[in-house]
Amino acid sequence: MNTFAELIIVVVILLDMALAVTGSLSGCIRLVAVQGVVAGLLPLLAGGGAAHGVRALIFPVAIVTLKGVVFPWLLLRARDRSGARKDVEPLISYPASILLCLGAFIASSWLGSRLPLPETNVAWIVPASLATIFTGFLLITTRTKAITQVLGYLVIENGIYIFGLALFVEQPMLVELAILLDVFVAVFVMGIAIFHISREFDHIDTAELSELSDWRSGEYGK
Amino acid sequence: MSLLLLALALLLCGALLPLCLRGRPGAPARAGTYAAAAAALAGLSGALPVLLSGEPATVSFPWSVPLGSFSLVLDPLAAFFLVPLFLLTGLGAVYGAGYLKAYEGRKDPALPWAAFNLLTAAMLLVFTASNAVLFLLGWELMAAASFLLVLFEHEKEQARKAGFIYLAAGGAGALLLMAMFALLGAGAPSMDFSSFSPPAGGTASAVFLLALAGFGLKAGFIPLHVWLPEAHPAAPSHVSAVMSGVMIKTGVYGLIRVLAFLRPWPEWWGWLLLGLGLVSCLGGALFALAQHELKRVLAYSSIENVGIILLALGLGVVAAACGADRLASLAFAGALLHVFNHALFKGLLFMGAGAVLHAAGTGELEALGGLSKRMPAAAALFLAGSAAACALPPLNGFAGEFLVYIGAFRALNAPGPVAIAGAAAGLTLATAGALAAAAFARAYGVAFLGEPRTERAAGAHAPGGLMAGPMWILAVLCLGSGLLAPLLLGPLAFAVGSGFGPYYGFLGGLEAMAPFLYVSAGGFALLGIVAIAAAKRRAFLGGREPAVAGTWDCGYAAPSARMQYGASSFAQPLTDFFQPLLRKIGRYPVISEYFPAKASFSLEAQAVFYNSVYMPAAARLRDLAFRFSWLQHGRLQIYILYIVVTLIGLLLWKL
Repeated sequence: MNTFAELIIVVVILLDMALAVTGSLSGCIRLVAVQGVVAGLLPLLAGGGAAHGVRALIFPVAIVTLKGVVFPWLLLRARDRSGARKDVEPLISYPASILLCLGAFIASSWLGSRLPLPETNVAWIVPASLATIFTGFLLITTRTKAITQVLGYLVIENGIYIFGLALFVEQPMLVELAILLDVFVAVFVMGIAIFHISREFDHIDTAELSELSDWRSGEYGK
Repeated sequence: MSLLLLALALLLCGALLPLCLRGRPGAPARAGTYAAAAAALAGLSGALPVLLSGEPATVSFPWSVPLGSFSLVLDPLAAFFLVPLFLLTGLGAVYGAGYLKAYEGRKDPALPWAAFNLLTAAMLLVFTASNAVLFLLGWELMAAASFLLVLFEHEKEQARKAGFIYLAAGGAGALLLMAMFALLGAGAPSMDFSSFSPPAGGTASAVFLLALAGFGLKAGFIPLHVWLPEAHPAAPSHVSAVMSGVMIKTGVYGLIRVLAFLRPWPEWWGWLLLGLGLVSCLGGALFALAQHELKRVLAYSSIENVGIILLALGLGVVAAACGADRLASLAFAGALLHVFNHALFKGLLFMGAGAVLHAAGTGELEALGGLSKRMPAAAALFLAGSAAACALPPLNGFAGEFLVYIGAFRALNAPGPVAIAGAAAGLTLATAGALAAAAFARAYGVAFLGEPRTERAAGAHAPGGLMAGPMWILAVLCLGSGLLAPLLLGPLAFAVGSGFGPYYGFLGGLEAMAPFLYVSAGGFALLGIVAIAAAKRRAFLGGREPAVAGTWDCGYAAPSARMQYGASSFAQPLTDFFQPLLRKIGRYPVISEYFPAKASFSLEAQAVFYNSVYMPAAARLRDLAFRFSWLQHGRLQIYILYIVVTLIGLLLWKL
């Protein structure tokens, strides 16, 4: 059983790497969806044969449906409607991205060994979750489109989800539901915001939002 | 205590109702006024019994705020500050109902009334809170509500500037207080005042200095006064009365509470308080003399009076540190009594200034004149307030200062340092009193006497009943608490006892008894003399009407209002003498011909501290801040990067 879970962990890490180098927006959306589905399957496999009720089954199903079907559909629709360019428009080059991602993984391995956490029965689960969180931050900070910010947010949520699995043998459902609700609301709000940004500015490049800054260079000080 | 909670509830209703009743004309003002007046009655009847019996009351509710508990303590010291609070807010609300009528149609009355009641509620919390979190909540609410009121006439540049300075001063003060409470509560199990353990040595001094600066920014003594002369004139007059009469006293109150907590006091604390009191006493009176706007004169006079209170506190602390307990108790009693008296007469004066503003549309002294013929009652009331502010018997301003004087003179016989402190306090009080007398003679003389200088002043009218009534009540209270000072002895002793320790309370009551009797007897004697003189004058006139002519007529063929002494010329001899301190910008006529045709003379008062201390400091701070402006570039990604880096940094730090 645990070998299967560890396989999933490897897949999650590989998906992080892939996200760092994928230039296509729709590719990114699909990769995030796959990661969400894989992470959602993890509790079913990592439980180690403990008795699961119907409750424990419904929850992964809900997660897989949301992350694998609803979110990708919403995001792909947003991408089509906004009529933006189809690549992610990174601020740094793809090699730099993958190097940062690898660096994040190495840092997470070190961090995972230092954090005072209870023993887990799945190897690499803590470093993988931390690496996923860092990858999410990477997506948010180095990609210009608003839609990639949403993607980064979802990746972070995947990481938090896996991290939570590492901590609790069985997730307190209420906590998980709350996180999921947060993300769901956030995706909705961001979806609306993306539409507004693209309608007002004819693009969804958040870097252009700096036009709105009340602090124009050259006006003061310099 | 339940009456006090009722007052709090009424005030909160009074803050919400005006906002809800926005649409209906007249309703917000009515709701605000009735709520404030009802709360004042409830609050007074809750506070007075505590003050008369000396029995404290407490109440505590569970509160979900971290570290906070909703616990209120109503001890005699709190009650002693609550009485002027409710007197002034209740009377101020009635006055405000008349005062704000002039703005009907031009201003939305809902917000000022909501803010007024919120301000009162916040001050009630500040005076009674016994938990640091609750206290700070009240403190910040107080600053926010009064900030809204300072911005009442926000269309004026001056008011916006005042609001900004006020906000900056309030924020800085609150930060210092948070640091102070953090120091006090560092080892304590909760943030309740009762659970704090008194710090010792360096920590105690740090707490004292933080309290002095934090509370000082509200109390407004020099050099922390910069917001005060800007904010008081900007607010509507009934609010200025409350701000000057009570709100700045929250600083004094906080300082007393912290002092009481940090015993025994090192001697240098007393010297520091004494020095600050000395500077603000003299500075306030001096700057008041140089101002050209009626409410600014009053604002600087408030600085002077806070200086007097501080001076008395300093004298008391020095005396207590040197073991002269009888002197210390006398000084503490004087400080507290002056808090009460200043609230009454400064409230009266600001209301009087409001009546002038209301009638003539301006408070500029050079534009007024001759108002005593157009609004005789208001002029008489303003004169009474001025006499009290100059500490003239039989009015109440005299009683508090008299206690400090007695303390200062007795100190001269005491050992070394106390004698020096006493001499300093006595000399300062005398000098400041003389300067204040000059300042009020100038303000009253130029505004109310002589002939009107402008048409607006000539067309002034007497204030309506809503405005005159509260002024009459305050004037009667001023006279009453001067003449019947012995009646205040019991409450004062209780307040000193709960503020500084029962021992001082007992001694203070004992020591103050004789001076109070002198004050009272002297006052009645003075009234008797005045009555006899009036009767003699009447008999002398024998029914004949005295002739009336224009002031400064002097037999000129064509006298003009401009030939009178103006505000600048009246004060010129004194202000010239203090020019190095005042730094007035003057334009004097240069006479070069035999028959000079046209000449003009003007003197402009400077905000010395603001211009030469705070502005350069603020400019330097701004330059420093602009060096970091590259951090604020508007790029969302980089902002999130800041957060990520901070979070990772925190994670690694805690690892």
